[in-house]
Amino acid sequence: MQEVGTNPKRSSGRMCCICNQRRAALKRTKTLEQICKECFYDVFEEEIHQAIVSNQLFKPGQRIAICASGGKDSTVLAYVLSTLNKRYNYRLDLFLLSVDEGITGYRDDSLETVKRNEIQYGLPLKILSYKDLYGWTMDEIVKMIGLKNNCTFCGVFGRQALDRGAALLEVDKVVTGHNADDIAETVLLNILRGDIARLSRCTSITTGQFIALFSTIIGFCLLQTLDRLATYAYFKKLDYFSTECIYSPNAYRGFAREFIKDLERLRPRAILDIIKSGENFRISTTMKMPEQGTCERCGYISSQKWCKACVLLEGLNRGLPTLGIGRNRGSVNGRKNSEETKGGKSIESKGCGTLDF
Amino acid sequence: MARSLQCFQWFWVSGKTLNMQLTLEFGGGLELLCDSKKIHSVNVEPQNGADKLIMKDLLSWVRTNLIKERPEMFMKGDTVRPGVLVLVNDCDWELSGQLNTSLEEKDVVVFISTLHGG
Repeated sequence: MQEVGTNPKRSSGRMCCICNQRRAALKRTKTLEQICKECFYDVFEEEIHQAIVSNQLFKPGQRIAICASGGKDSTVLAYVLSTLNKRYNYRLDLFLLSVDEGITGYRDDSLETVKRNEIQYGLPLKILSYKDLYGWTMDEIVKMIGLKNNCTFCGVFGRQALDRGAALLEVDKVVTGHNADDIAETVLLNILRGDIARLSRCTSITTGQFIALFSTIIGFCLLQTLDRLATYAYFKKLDYFSTECIYSPNAYRGFAREFIKDLERLRPRAILDIIKSGENFRISTTMKMPEQGTCERCGYISSQKWCKACVLLEGLNRGLPTLGIGRNRGSVNGRKNSEETKGGKSIESKGCGTLDF
Repeated sequence: MARSLQCFQWFWVSGKTLNMQLTLEFGGGLELLCDSKKIHSVNVEPQNGADKLIMKDLLSWVRTNLIKERPEMFMKGDTVRPGVLVLVNDCDWELSGQLNTSLEEKDVVVFISTLHGG
């Protein structure tokens, strides 16, 4: 048997199923084939390339902002995109875009990682802060509202920040990297919340969970499970930041994450299958979906009179931070809380009965 | 005199054959559980006088000797928590028998949490 590597293990001396030349290092999630490191890189990058080509995500000459948080998803995305851009000559003008939420002990550290990535991958970096865009940092928001709904603020503000950043930097598209675990979690959460509007679009590669006004935001699923993404990042010695946001332990998503990880252990394909199921949900045509309009205040896309960010911001500035949180769409939009929860006519309360598969 | 010589011999033998030198690496946030140190060079003795060391023994050794806080972030039951990746000599431990992977002198074992940050 041919042995490659410094200290091959006897028990794993199997050869790679693809090249049959090097020692297998891991199993492919999809097929459970045993493959070597080099073939793993090829398969990993090729899957992303195929997704880009078949979905026609980019056109030559476009200016593309890659959202960089310093975490592994965005680090892998930035690395793979810049590699593919050179290898397949996409002729894209790539750069990194970071949002600084103003979270001491988390974002300040992760931004240091992004600054290193700027040098490592030779991609210019632009940083936008919540303080500049909204006048509030997340630290200040948490001080005012506590740890219960803080992630709502961050999510809503973050999404708009990307779009506004895109306008500021005159980019054609913004790309955010997501791993398969995240998308599967989102599918489950949308089912649990009965959020049919989001369920129908959360697995779509070109809009992801995002609706943008000034640019196309691509919530780009890297199509890889977290395990494989982390393996790739480790083998490639990519420099990423891995501390949990200090405000997130209270987030609902943690439960779904734990559940998915347990499922994955029983059946490695479970994550990819949940996404597939999410893609295959069909929304009944008789179902009334919220209409997209624009916010009267800032002009951003909104299904209500005011967009969520404006409602939340108004709440903060008026000292009524619970405005616009939960099912209460807020008095600003002229709807009463009670109507929505017991009326049974809203999207949220329609439940799963109206879904057909 | 004879007795102390026996003792000496026993130590010499155990030191020579049973203590195993390994390099352990913690990443993806797991290093925070062991004094923020990523790479640990350790000597591990197989338990109950066994002549080999398997991953199962190593995990309980790590839990007792290296993990300083929140062990539940590292382990669940007698194995690693779902979401913790294990590589033995750069090879996923799924291929070498997971908990039954037997270890050899100078092996490199890597633990990476995938659960932190995105």
